[in-house]
Amino acid sequence: MLGEGILKGLAETAKNFAGSFFSAERLTTVEYPEDRIAPIEAARVFPILIYDGLDWEAGLRCVACQICEKECPPKCIFIEKSKDKKPDVLGKPQFYPAAFDIDISVCMSCQICVEVCPFEAIKMDTVYELSTEDRFEGLLLDRRQLARPNRYYQQIHPTEAGVVDARLAADKVKSDAKAKAASDATAAKAAAAPAAQNSPKPGEGN
Amino acid sequence: MFALLDQIFVLLKHSLVGYFPVWMQPVVSVLISVVVIICLFPALFALTTVLERKGLARIQNRIGPNRTGPFGILQPVADGIKSLTKEDIVPSSADGAVHFLAPIVLVVAVFMGFAVLPMGRNMTLVQMDAGLLFFFAIGASTELSVFMAGWSSRNKYSLLGAMRAVAQMISYEVPLLMSSVAVVMITGSLSLGKIVEAQNHYTWGLPHWYIFTPWGLAGFVMYAIAATAETNRSPFDLPEGESELVAGYHTEYSGFKFALFFLGEYLAMFSISGLGTTLFLGGWSAPLEALNWVPSWFWFFSKLMLSICVFIWLRGTLPRLRQDQLMNFAWKFVLPYTLLILMVTALWRFLGPGWQQWVYCSAILIFAYIAMARTGLRRGHIGPRKYRYAE
Amino acid sequence: MSFVFWMFAVLTVAGALAAVLLKNTVHCALALTVAFAGLALLFLDLDAQFAGFAQILVYIGAVAILVVFAILLTRGSETPKDGVFSKNWFVGLVIAAGVFAVFAWAVLASVGVLPHEAATPEVSVAQIGQVLIGRYVLPLEIVALLLTAALIGAVIVAMDEKERAR
Repeated sequence: MLGEGILKGLAETAKNFAGSFFSAERLTTVEYPEDRIAPIEAARVFPILIYDGLDWEAGLRCVACQICEKECPPKCIFIEKSKDKKPDVLGKPQFYPAAFDIDISVCMSCQICVEVCPFEAIKMDTVYELSTEDRFEGLLLDRRQLARPNRYYQQIHPTEAGVVDARLAADKVKSDAKAKAASDATAAKAAAAPAAQNSPKPGEGN
Repeated sequence: MFALLDQIFVLLKHSLVGYFPVWMQPVVSVLISVVVIICLFPALFALTTVLERKGLARIQNRIGPNRTGPFGILQPVADGIKSLTKEDIVPSSADGAVHFLAPIVLVVAVFMGFAVLPMGRNMTLVQMDAGLLFFFAIGASTELSVFMAGWSSRNKYSLLGAMRAVAQMISYEVPLLMSSVAVVMITGSLSLGKIVEAQNHYTWGLPHWYIFTPWGLAGFVMYAIAATAETNRSPFDLPEGESELVAGYHTEYSGFKFALFFLGEYLAMFSISGLGTTLFLGGWSAPLEALNWVPSWFWFFSKLMLSICVFIWLRGTLPRLRQDQLMNFAWKFVLPYTLLILMVTALWRFLGPGWQQWVYCSAILIFAYIAMARTGLRRGHIGPRKYRYAE
Repeated sequence: MSFVFWMFAVLTVAGALAAVLLKNTVHCALALTVAFAGLALLFLDLDAQFAGFAQILVYIGAVAILVVFAILLTRGSETPKDGVFSKNWFVGLVIAAGVFAVFAWAVLASVGVLPHEAATPEVSVAQIGQVLIGRYVLPLEIVALLLTAALIGAVIVAMDEKERAR
């Protein structure tokens, strides 16, 4: 019937109008910046570097492998490898980034750097209010500004952080076991060698 | 006491006029009424802009302006200051005199239309025997100002917008007049005061408004459609649609002249709604006999604001009609149906009071509506489009 | 001849003069509209309400728009290069003077013949309607026929153009 669609449409908008005073489902606007919607867990804005423990320089997980720098599509990551090595969380000596800069005015939040990192060192942050008045250096963040503790990562992405932590813990257990087995073997060999050197005397012995 | 409240503005005016010498009194009386109209309707316009923005916002799941004043009430003040302080840019190739005169002609013509509306008992500015004819004559002058605005800007898009707007307004003017003629036929007079008086009777407490008759209801719907198209309101706002033609015929206007166009459009909406309430909704008469103690001007203005709310509601609901769709609609559906309404009104008068007039008139109107809707508006073929000039 | 009459008369004549003397054709059309408005005001001054409002409704609301559309669609809005006055202006002046002389003689001669009306006659719209349907129904129908013929002619011309363009 001609006009039926119009009447149905009018009823729908009337429902919208009346409902907007009562239910949040009908009035979905949030008055930013007084009220903010909490970001969902999988939200991603710009990358951050994770460090374990309390010292950001010593605990930084990044080993300057430069995979993220090569994979980044707009090439916004600039890494300078260090000359010396320092021990990482598993005890192995690794390189570390002497300089790690991300230009967040270029970054397109594609998360490719996170996906390719083998060391779980770079993750996505959820903070978006990063505007600054310094138009030259203000949006070029260095590694000091990018470093965040693992505690923070667990706060913003709990599920992801749980998985990462579990995997890292399993890795640590495995490597500890291997190290223990290796040290046991060397200790046993070291113990066997002096034992072989010392002639077993009758009367001596434990 | 309530009679005093009803006539309070008339008595105020008489007492003010009494302070002047006798030879000046007619002029002063008219001047006072004119000043009141010039102050009241722009104030209503300011209120309507806030209502419209908040209403549209709520329909669209958002909050409207709410920073200027509580609930955004002072937003029109901010808008007024903005349009007054904006630079008035006139294109160098534009026709200076016509460009300047176009918004003025529009606003003057629209204000003159308020002179014949009966806003309450004894509250018409000028009581004319041919009041309705005066209103339509003045309304026809607004089309000229739209054309002047579009042509004087020397801008192809403004000209296109103006031509479309004028074509739309002339097409819908005929159904507008025809639906009003039905009312005139039944009342027997062109005077708006007499039309309201004829509707001010009650049967079993219910009023004799023309909208409660079959021809009146159909006529009101056609009048509402034609009125929406006459004032270039959504869904007929192609001439001023921002996504279509920048701003149509008022592209080249900035600052106060644009504010005048805006004011003219809204005031035209008010005056056409006022006429619609006078013709079909009983003007200043109360809906129930028991409510006669409420002042008459209150009823007129509440019916007016109700019509405005319906306009805003329609704007928030319907998408825009394309130019050929709205012209088709006007000439192939609205005009023939309005002619039929005229004939049915004559039949109503001819059959005289009784059950026959109700049954036969309603039957004819409903049947014709369904028949026309099924056949009149159908496009003949649905296939690849044939272009007239592009091949 | 009151002050109001002189005001309206000056307005009408000024509009008509501007309509023939201005260079820009659309300006001429708008000045013609002012002349129409002046005529309507003269009607209203004579208490012929229906005639006055019908003049505004028909002439300003429809005829003026028609004139303007015609100018626009036929590229008449360009200012003519060699001035607005035609070459045979003397012949035109003679003819106009002749017509004016005939009208003036007719009006002045009829002043003595028509009865002096003390008060303007009250003609209501209802009376006009009665007379149109009663006494003058034949001219009314002929005018309607003429308008229908014009409409059909316009449609045929437009249809021809559509056929030719295809």
